[in-house]
Amino acid sequence: MKRIEALLREHPFIEGLEGEVIALIAGCARNAVFQAEEYLFKQGESADRFFLIRQGTVALEIFRPGRGAFTFLTLKNGEFLGSTWLLPPYQWAYDARAVEVTRAIAFDARCMREKCEADHHVGYEMMKRFLPPLIDRLNTARLQSADVYGDDGR
Amino acid sequence: MSTVTMGASGVRVGSLDPMTPECLTVARRRRETGDVVTLDLLSPRPAAHRPGQFNMLYHFGVGEVPVSVSGDLAVTERVVHTIRAVGAVSRALSELKRGDTVGIRGPFGTSWPVDEARGADVLIVAGGIGLAPLRPVIYHLLRNRSAYGRIALAYGSRSPEDLLYRRELDRWRRTPDFQVRVTVDRAQSDWPGDVGVVTALLPKLRLDPAETVAMVCGPEIMIRFTTLALEQGGVARERIFLSMERSMKCAIGLCGHCQLGPHFVCRDGAVFRLDAVRELLELREI
Repeated sequence: MKRIEALLREHPFIEGLEGEVIALIAGCARNAVFQAEEYLFKQGESADRFFLIRQGTVALEIFRPGRGAFTFLTLKNGEFLGSTWLLPPYQWAYDARAVEVTRAIAFDARCMREKCEADHHVGYEMMKRFLPPLIDRLNTARLQSADVYGDDGR
Repeated sequence: MSTVTMGASGVRVGSLDPMTPECLTVARRRRETGDVVTLDLLSPRPAAHRPGQFNMLYHFGVGEVPVSVSGDLAVTERVVHTIRAVGAVSRALSELKRGDTVGIRGPFGTSWPVDEARGADVLIVAGGIGLAPLRPVIYHLLRNRSAYGRIALAYGSRSPEDLLYRRELDRWRRTPDFQVRVTVDRAQSDWPGDVGVVTALLPKLRLDPAETVAMVCGPEIMIRFTTLALEQGGVARERIFLSMERSMKCAIGLCGHCQLGPHFVCRDGAVFRLDAVRELLELREI
């Protein structure tokens, strides 16, 4: 079985990170496997973790009372899941469901926050990795809300 | 890469006078989605369209609209059009039944560069109803598979219910050497596929950007962000082709209704090479 540090080094999120920083954050990480249809977390629960997806698919959902859940984004190999661990109130704003068997690296949020606070270089490296995909997802959400396929047809 | 082929040559489906429609009979009507149907029209003579070309379809007493050919162009006895009911004319056309007649003028416009792309990887990016004008390209690529490198389809739609040609999509997914990725903007939780924008599919496709010819069709906003992503991904502007939509009326470059900067879309398009229209995509005034 590979050590968590070796698994981390294989993930695109970690690309370019110095060895000492990888070794430091590896102390907050553990391997995780989710079965198909298993929830990684649900809306309203404490955001005490975030994940780097190694293999599999996770659907992000919002539950609508009386109408069931709808999926607004799917995440796959090489992507990260979860950003509300970064800021108070550390609470999930949506559900995350494994669509298929999903392997991930799970990080303890409190542990990571403490390490980022103690060493701002680590915090800055994390910010550089979280921000671009977050902006990308914000742009994606804008386009989805624009309903671009709605009234344009030939 | 050579320029886009002008495709108004070949055997006409309609009358020899490009302004006079000829009557064709509806041989078959298939419902694709809640507001999209595909009509098979019987051609009085072997039809000769190029992928990406369009005909003007006339519902007598209602009006005329441009509609791209969407069928297998190797089948010349029928002309196939996929129509989304978005206005009075397209709604009337979409309600036609087998045996009804429809007026047709065409074919008009430029075509997708299927000949120029020989030997290259080919990426098709379609959004919503934009898969219809690209379906003839897919048929062509699959029929001439050995003439091309890797081929891929990235298709985005509003929801699973709005996906066109679902049976064919399933068949294409099972076709060896054809990468097919589909995504939707939103879905119920029983949808097993991807949810997100179509550009999110592009990095997942195995293609050589330097050797790829990309053909893009969909809403203009989707074309804009897709062509941007393709260029950022290393596909040269000269190898990206797109289909523009404007209000085409005469279809022969006379009336000016479809003017796009220096171009008449009906005559100079609807398929353009990106470098011909790149700056125009950013202009709000036209």
